[in-house]
Amino acid sequence: MMTAKAGPSGEPAELSDRQHLSRIGIIWLVLSVVCMALVYFAWGPHMPPGTDSVQAKGQQFDNTVLATVATPVILFIWVYLAYVLINWRVRADTPVAELRDGPAIRGNLRFQATWMIVTGATVLSMFIFGTYELVKDSGSGTGSGQAPIWTPAGYSVDASQNKLLVVQAIGQQWRWTFRYPQFGGIETSQLVIPAGQEIQYSVTSLDVIHSFWATNLGIKADANPGVNNIAFGQATKIGPIDIRCAELCGVWHGAMYATGQVVSRNDFQTWIAAEQYAHKDLITFLPPYADFYLPQSDGGFYDPSANPLPNPPGPTPATSPTVIP
Amino acid sequence: MTQIDDSKAQLGLPRSGRLALVTGVLVVVGAALAFTFAYLISYPSTVVAAATASDTVVLQSVGAIGLGNHPTWVSYMAQENGNWVHSTVLTVPANSDVHFKIYQYDSGSPLRNPYMDQVAGTVGGTETLNGQVVRIVNDNADGGIGHTFAIPSLGVYVPMPGISSLQTNACSTPVPCATTFDHNTVEFTIHTGAPGTFTWQCFVPCGLGFLIGNGGPMSTFGYMGGYLKVVA
Repeated sequence: MMTAKAGPSGEPAELSDRQHLSRIGIIWLVLSVVCMALVYFAWGPHMPPGTDSVQAKGQQFDNTVLATVATPVILFIWVYLAYVLINWRVRADTPVAELRDGPAIRGNLRFQATWMIVTGATVLSMFIFGTYELVKDSGSGTGSGQAPIWTPAGYSVDASQNKLLVVQAIGQQWRWTFRYPQFGGIETSQLVIPAGQEIQYSVTSLDVIHSFWATNLGIKADANPGVNNIAFGQATKIGPIDIRCAELCGVWHGAMYATGQVVSRNDFQTWIAAEQYAHKDLITFLPPYADFYLPQSDGGFYDPSANPLPNPPGPTPATSPTVIP
Repeated sequence: MTQIDDSKAQLGLPRSGRLALVTGVLVVVGAALAFTFAYLISYPSTVVAAATASDTVVLQSVGAIGLGNHPTWVSYMAQENGNWVHSTVLTVPANSDVHFKIYQYDSGSPLRNPYMDQVAGTVGGTETLNGQVVRIVNDNADGGIGHTFAIPSLGVYVPMPGISSLQTNACSTPVPCATTFDHNTVEFTIHTGAPGTFTWQCFVPCGLGFLIGNGGPMSTFGYMGGYLKVVA
């Protein structure tokens, strides 16, 4: 800690601006080193969204890095503010004639250059880091539109060549359902996926804008009507999936959630077979699988003709039974 | 102190006058906040739809409620002690098999998602439609689906067909509708678990005249959705 030299009358002399700056710098540096280590090593492993998928783990790392980088910035503001309040606070008995302003920043080329270089380098490095992280994990679990640029191995626009497991997440006011086009287009109310398998989430909506958010898997993609918004993900841990709507979508938005399960590959095959059997009658009432569905003017139903892909014909009302006992 | 005296001089009010002014402003602001808050939290009265497990929850869905602020809106009514009440807040007993009987007087349309043709979450996975036990109701058949009674967080989805397009005796206001009018009767049983409050809603976009059919009665509490209060 720097101390002021005694003046001629025995009172401590005021510190120079440089000495004040050194004090602030030392306090900030010590706190930053300690806090950055705490943030990275102690807090980081517990940051959301956890480590249940490749994407979640990547996002947790990103959050940890961002928080670590933000720590010295926040600390600089706090340390500087505290130092100013303690040392340069004007007391009630201070004569007006003794009040003086601090050194001017304007025209101080050295200060300005330092400020711009440090902040510019910080922002630029975050931009490069963020872009790299986004590309590395094929969009890092985010919705990438109908024609994603960064795709994982095995992905193909041609459904017959696509080696990924496709799950369509359908949002409507106010629930989620899921279709599996590679298993006859069955629809379920739970999202069940195998661990270790690259999944293509094709997200769409039947009415307004929703947002499919599998929180612990780090998958988040807007569900827009008339749009097939694709996200990729690979779960790594067997366990539950928590799904929310992340877009304010109406009166029951808060209740629009679903659950799911990450299971082993064998368990997935067992589950999907059971679902196909359980829905064998219902499947004839569903429209053929399509990238998205459009509501018709009668207020209901979604129109398979919106699908540009060839599909088998859907049910014909005239011959379909009214009810199935 | 000097500044306060200056302020006093500018206002030209004695201390008692300033106090009265501040009090008056606070009262007005407080009243406005209280009114706004009371309006925001107000919702229909709670109906004890089933006091015990042996009671049946009796509801009816009507095409136009014919009363209140929105008489033309589609809505539900609930029976309490034999009397019909316009409310969608229902109380049922916990850890019980609760039987529902719904008189469906409204017309229908195809479902936006035919996945909900299938009954789900009821005891046996079925409903009784006009005396016939069924698992699936075709939303593309004649009357379509009038409404669905759904409690998403309990996994309950019950499709209720609309009355036939050939009907000649549809119920119109005033409600409640008598059973002499054309209707479908849907019955089912759900098993309630632990106490809690669960939202229930219709999944047919039946808010005619509103954007994609989901505005108005579909988005206003007390018409096509409400709370199921499961109590111990």
